[in-house]
Amino acid sequence: MQFFGGSDISPSPPAPTASGHNAHMMYMFNRNGVCLFYREWNRPLRTLNPQQDHKLMFGLLFSLKSLTAKMDPTSAEKGNLGVPQLPGQGCSFHSFRTNTYKLSFMESPSGIKIILVTHPRTGDLREALKYIYNLYVEYVAKNPVYAPGTPIKCELFNTNLDQYVRSIS
Amino acid sequence: MPAAAPRSGDAIFASVEHVNAELFTLTYGAIVRQLLTDLEEVDEVNKQLDQMGYNIGIRLIDEFLAKANVSRCVDFKETAETIAKVGFKMFLGVTASVTNWDADGTCCSIVLEDNPLVDFVELPDTCQGLYYCNVLSGVIRGALEMVSMKTEITWTRDVLRGDDAYELQVKLLKLVPEEYPYKDDE
Repeated sequence: MQFFGGSDISPSPPAPTASGHNAHMMYMFNRNGVCLFYREWNRPLRTLNPQQDHKLMFGLLFSLKSLTAKMDPTSAEKGNLGVPQLPGQGCSFHSFRTNTYKLSFMESPSGIKIILVTHPRTGDLREALKYIYNLYVEYVAKNPVYAPGTPIKCELFNTNLDQYVRSIS
Repeated sequence: MPAAAPRSGDAIFASVEHVNAELFTLTYGAIVRQLLTDLEEVDEVNKQLDQMGYNIGIRLIDEFLAKANVSRCVDFKETAETIAKVGFKMFLGVTASVTNWDADGTCCSIVLEDNPLVDFVELPDTCQGLYYCNVLSGVIRGALEMVSMKTEITWTRDVLRGDDAYELQVKLLKLVPEEYPYKDDE
């Protein structure tokens, strides 16, 4: 699946960079689609401007969530695709993988979505995403200077995040 | 039926860092005292406490979700049980109970036997209309709003006003479905 369209992307996965970061980039969104946080460590290809990129990412996740809930073979009721979901309904996907990258996703019930894009051989990152959510709580939610719903500009969060991401295998 | 929380309130309460209980109570008392001095009207103070609680609640929900590790609540009954058993225990160190469910399951009462906010407190005659713990109703309302539930929370029993326990009536007004936020398509 060619996610970022445009020029050809070579099929071999990129080697980990010299800085040792294992992740390519990370996004955080809230329920209203505001991109709270975006950080890249290793992203050779950029095809869209940042606003379009964020909107595209959010839209993709929203649609995927809706689709996975509707295709659930174990749930009894199935609304129409596109009908907004009530809280408590639906299952949620947690990752997808292509030949060049893996995208891991976590959404909290409060609507905070964390997306981590890494190299394709990464294992299950659900625990890592939970840890990042904990970092968010410690350095952002508890930060009195931070206004909820606005982009995150907390140095401590950035530093701790960088440090943690370096250690993800 | 209580929710089967993977981490019970006791375990989490033991693991979070504690603040001295008296310091907490006296600080809260000082806040209320100052609000009374600044705003003078008891109704204004009630509103302000609720607003402060709301601002706390919208951030508190993330801490709760991160630490409590509860799975998504399926319905409002489970939500209320989780608030009473896990939430109150985790943040205030007290367990509450849930009673008085109405027929549709949208309205219930959360009863607190003891309440750390009101130790040493007596309401003077000039403040009889004051809901001293109104910050708690704001916190619950704010937290539930962040998980897409619009609620209305009122105090039905208050020990400072002569009753035997603290009772909050929590009424679910509406479940807000998740809408796609961008209006234009491009």
